[in-house]
Amino acid sequence: MAMTGIKTPPRHAAAPPKARTPRPRTTTRRRRNLREHLTAYGFLCAALVVFALFSWWPIVRNTLLGFQQVNFATGSTWVGLANFQKLLDDPLFLTAWKNTGLFTLYALVLGFAVPFLTAVLLNEFRHARAYFRILVYLPVMLPPVVVALMWKWFYDPGPGLFNEILRGLGLPTSNWLDSSATSLISLVIVSTWANMGTTTLIYLAALQTIPGELYEAAELDGAGLWQRLRHVTVPQTRFVLLVLLLLQIVATMQVFTEPYVMTGGGPEDSTVTVMFLVYRYAFVYNDFGTASALSLLLLLVLGVFSALYLRVTRAGKE
Amino acid sequence: MSGTNRTNRTSRRRLTPATATALALVTLSACGTSSDAADPESGGKVRLDVNGQPPKTQAFERKLFDKHVKQFEKAHPDIDIVPHEGFMDPKTFNAKLAGGKLEDVFYVYFTDTRSLIEKQQAADITDAVNDLPRLGDIQDPLMKIFQDEQGRQYGLPTSNYSMGLLYNRALFKKAGLDPDRPPKTWADVRKAAKKIAGLGDNTVGYADFSKNNQGGWHFTAELYSRGGRVAEERDGQWRAAFNTPEGKSTLQDLHDMRWKDNSMGSKQLLQVEDVQRMMGSGKLGMYVAAADNITVVAKQFGGNYADYALAPVPDAKATLLGGEGYMFNPKASPEKIKAGVEWIQWRYQNPDLIEKNVADYAEAKLPVGIPMPTVPDIFKGEVRERIEKVKRDNANMPVANYQAFMDSAPNVPGVIEPPKAQQVYAVLDSVMQAVLTKENADIDALLADAEKKVDAIYDAA
Repeated sequence: MAMTGIKTPPRHAAAPPKARTPRPRTTTRRRRNLREHLTAYGFLCAALVVFALFSWWPIVRNTLLGFQQVNFATGSTWVGLANFQKLLDDPLFLTAWKNTGLFTLYALVLGFAVPFLTAVLLNEFRHARAYFRILVYLPVMLPPVVVALMWKWFYDPGPGLFNEILRGLGLPTSNWLDSSATSLISLVIVSTWANMGTTTLIYLAALQTIPGELYEAAELDGAGLWQRLRHVTVPQTRFVLLVLLLLQIVATMQVFTEPYVMTGGGPEDSTVTVMFLVYRYAFVYNDFGTASALSLLLLLVLGVFSALYLRVTRAGKE
Repeated sequence: MSGTNRTNRTSRRRLTPATATALALVTLSACGTSSDAADPESGGKVRLDVNGQPPKTQAFERKLFDKHVKQFEKAHPDIDIVPHEGFMDPKTFNAKLAGGKLEDVFYVYFTDTRSLIEKQQAADITDAVNDLPRLGDIQDPLMKIFQDEQGRQYGLPTSNYSMGLLYNRALFKKAGLDPDRPPKTWADVRKAAKKIAGLGDNTVGYADFSKNNQGGWHFTAELYSRGGRVAEERDGQWRAAFNTPEGKSTLQDLHDMRWKDNSMGSKQLLQVEDVQRMMGSGKLGMYVAAADNITVVAKQFGGNYADYALAPVPDAKATLLGGEGYMFNPKASPEKIKAGVEWIQWRYQNPDLIEKNVADYAEAKLPVGIPMPTVPDIFKGEVRERIEKVKRDNANMPVANYQAFMDSAPNVPGVIEPPKAQQVYAVLDSVMQAVLTKENADIDALLADAEKKVDAIYDAA
């Protein structure tokens, strides 16, 4: 009676007692499972080794170095928090964090809005969409140092491209990289131009998943472009927007190539970023302990954003 | 068919984990230390890894280096030289040292010697150099660059330079200036720069560095030329010494050339390659440089040797000394150090070999006569006279263009870089940037702020 009440009984419940625990069959299944899992474990093992050697061990080593004085020749000396104290005594420490924070902020305002709006525009195009997509993506294919050097010429306050255009239009020129007032934002423009291709394509892919009926319904209700963007596009792409926002924060806080190649941290330290300072400690001052301490601080800050990213992506899956 | 497929699938399943495991093992082994990392003395020979071998692109120099290796090994059958390309690269130095891949004898700039000694990243070679036959022929200040405060030796100088004023004779003529009478003072430099910039077409009269610590380095050179100093030792403690009338006039002149005369061009944050490119393309009149820049400007940036001349540094109260040498791996055995010292003395501090090199260079129609290597200026006394004569006899460069510099050399005292040079230069870089990029820069405030920062660097040391 009880059995009849069960609509989908467990398979073993209906099986005869002898067949319920067929040892040979379980062993076969286990072997098969093991064989299948062995494949997975094999791949996992290779990945683990690579990650352990090239990601996790360097992080552990960096953490240790942050509390040591090292010369890589005669052994290390534990110095407690002395490297962190040295950082706090360095006037560039706060400057570097301030510049990094400002760079990230500007990069979010520019680097977040511009690709999104470009994607919305591309999505609206009926013709030559693939052509424009390639155009937007092209800068991503250029090596970062080439981009930096090319823009350095564009920014030349004398015969540079931008000032020539401004002069041609009868507008006042700018010193771009050569002024502490405009140097950081000039680097943000380069970074945005060089990296927006990828984010634009991701936004575009997200936009194309929005059902057309939603726009049609909005249009029938008399919604204009701005209202469609605000009430349909943004809510429908909210998850992608949030994930890319967090990824962008993590990426832009590590900015190094642009200040290294284009300004050397100047003028007047206005483009010294945290990663640039790490580089300077390690490779100019030959002080790996302090460089590691600063890297560790950056790791902690980025860890917060990475945790947020993981939480958001998990919530998105659920 | 299906049976075959199953067999294939099974074999693939068996192979895949094996392949993945193999991949992991290969990755592991690839990251391990190679077996030849520290090949010790073998077969009665001392294996000596040395860098400084010229790249293949410099065919003649490399051929000469390799010939010297063979000759040295023939003369020293108990030493096996293993040459490596490259010089000092701060980006890889520590990784090589940590991984046991640093050469036994490695190239250094004078700027780095103090830091390496302080960090114990170079071996003490005092015992190996005490009996060197030519030790007495080398200039004492250069030997001191490789010593600690107790006078222990950690390396040997192989070449040195002092700063002068490199100028473009063709542009001087074009601007109505006499190329045989280069500027003698900073006031002369300012006047000449203004005339050259007046040629228009983006021509720059005088250029200066202000990026990647090179601004601080050049500020130091220009301050020395006016008789100032970047740092002084007072009661056993180093202190900033540039907040002085000399320091102020250095910055004031640069500021006025940039903003009042408009003779320094609008583009700043320049480093050495930028300025050399400007000089090579005939768009720059003057900059402070060592003689080796002449070759770089001519060979790499398309300049013509005949157009470039070197004058003494303006005001000429002192000149910044720089140079290069070799230090020893702190893990090197006493046998390797002994062999390394022998190699350095034979290859770089050997007047007989230098004489042959000059002849070889002249025969290959490579520049001889510019005051730079391969004729190093590390010697004193009779040896120096002898080498200078050889150089004069074999010169194929317009030596008259450098005569003023050479004549002044014995009378202009050479001063070495300050302690903690890179950190001090980073602070002074920022001062140079402010003066060259900000018209209303407050020079007094900049100097006072930089002084505090540099004092803090020395306090922390």
